[in-house]
Amino acid sequence: MAMAEFVLITGRTAKQGAALSRGKDSSEYRQATGFVQMSREDRECLGVEEGRRVRLRTVFGEAELELREGDVPPGMLFVPLGPAANTLIAADTQGTGMPDSKGLVVEVELI
Amino acid sequence: MIVGNVVCPFCGCLCDDIVVTVEDNRITAVEKACTSGRSLFLNVHTQTAKPTVDGKEVEWAEAVDVAARILTDAANPLIYGLSSTASEAQRKAIALADLLGATIDSTSSVCHGPTTIGIQVEGEPTCTLGEIKHRADLLVFWGCNPAESHQRHFARYSVLAKGKLTPGGRRDRTMVVVDVRPTLSTRRADVFLQVRPGHDFELLNALRALLKGQDLDVDQVGGVEVARLQDLVERMKSCRFGVIFFGMGVTQTGGKHLNVAELVALVAELNAYTRFTAMPMRGHGNVAGADCTLTWQTGYPFAVNFARGYPQYNPGEFTAVDVLARGETDAALIIASDPVAHFPRRAAQRLAQIPTIVLDPEMSLTAQVARVVLPTAFYGVNAAGTAYRMDNVPLPLKKVVDSSQPTDEQVLDWIIEKVKTCSA
Repeated sequence: MAMAEFVLITGRTAKQGAALSRGKDSSEYRQATGFVQMSREDRECLGVEEGRRVRLRTVFGEAELELREGDVPPGMLFVPLGPAANTLIAADTQGTGMPDSKGLVVEVELI
Repeated sequence: MIVGNVVCPFCGCLCDDIVVTVEDNRITAVEKACTSGRSLFLNVHTQTAKPTVDGKEVEWAEAVDVAARILTDAANPLIYGLSSTASEAQRKAIALADLLGATIDSTSSVCHGPTTIGIQVEGEPTCTLGEIKHRADLLVFWGCNPAESHQRHFARYSVLAKGKLTPGGRRDRTMVVVDVRPTLSTRRADVFLQVRPGHDFELLNALRALLKGQDLDVDQVGGVEVARLQDLVERMKSCRFGVIFFGMGVTQTGGKHLNVAELVALVAELNAYTRFTAMPMRGHGNVAGADCTLTWQTGYPFAVNFARGYPQYNPGEFTAVDVLARGETDAALIIASDPVAHFPRRAAQRLAQIPTIVLDPEMSLTAQVARVVLPTAFYGVNAAGTAYRMDNVPLPLKKVVDSSQPTDEQVLDWIIEKVKTCSA
């Protein structure tokens, strides 16, 4: 079921940084990079409980992640840097070398 | 044995006060490091690892031979990474790129590459973290979250540090954060300006206009009230020494290098009133060194191609994401980085389609799709070398525990010698 459009921000977290050295196959790394943060307002508005798996979809790809409530503004989603985030971002760099890693439009679907 | 004054190679802070306890060639305790640095020191492997070709363990000579043949057979090889290796190895990687006529790029292109492009337009404000510690009374953090990404930055260099002209530490400084969302860093700030995603350029442009005394015929810009922007401009004009630290929130969002150029233009104009500077928050431990070493070797900081026998520079054409996503490169040598974990999917997939060689102490996601894996020593833990801090100050990395693995520098030397033999 397609739900709503959000703005996607990807970025580093302390747990993701510490988990890097545990190995990319470690459960710490998977946990540190395998979730999406949504505001309480949006979560309640959409009637989605924490811990639920959701599918994020951009025009470039999709990823399944665990939903967590977080301190992000309504209308925004945050995903830590990692393999899941990478499936959502664009490979087109507009001549800069830098992919669009922040500010993409993303759709959330319950699974 | 207790080893003091160890430099942590994790991030661009290169904290040089780490204390490491070593027992039987194993690190058993780490003091003063942040969670990321501590995890790095405690998880470095000390056991011997053999190189692999197509997943099978082989001797070093055979692995180097296969790697050299892959690179010499390729029409357009790519050398990428460099940000978590020592500058001595970066220099060898550049020599190899020159020999092969290859493209060479560092992880700069997916972090502060747009910063480089921006400062090539507007000029580069520079200073050391020591100057900031001792003098800065206004600290602006724009699009970065050091409380999570550079966890000791506040204590060692900026917000909390007690300097000669800032003896009160936090009391002597004003901290401003500009970001699209609340973070651990915004909670520490005196002033938090929450900008709407993608509106950094407008905000910077409005600050420049207000600095010039122009009236804005709107109530807010990018979601921030003009009155609050006017307040920030007054703080900037009247401080003794101001600095804007900026991160991926500026370089990875719409506008990219144009955002950085606007930020640097604002800083240049502020110098008509007071001393003001800016500094990118460099991520990996020696990513600044990759820029410095490439620049003094080729004249260009990233996105360099040697196909014509001399270095050419062109972001978008010779940057790793672009050459991979467009399918232009037919072999890759990845040094001390993990693009499969950090690149957009289309670029990462290309690395599994072409013969890829990995030099890395860790079994990275890139190593898992690579044809040749060359496990090397970890600079700063089991090999000595040089790394550049985010303010471009070079620091010596220590060897804390022994390793039987060769260094990136040694392995690159072996590949260079083999390539010369293959070419002859």
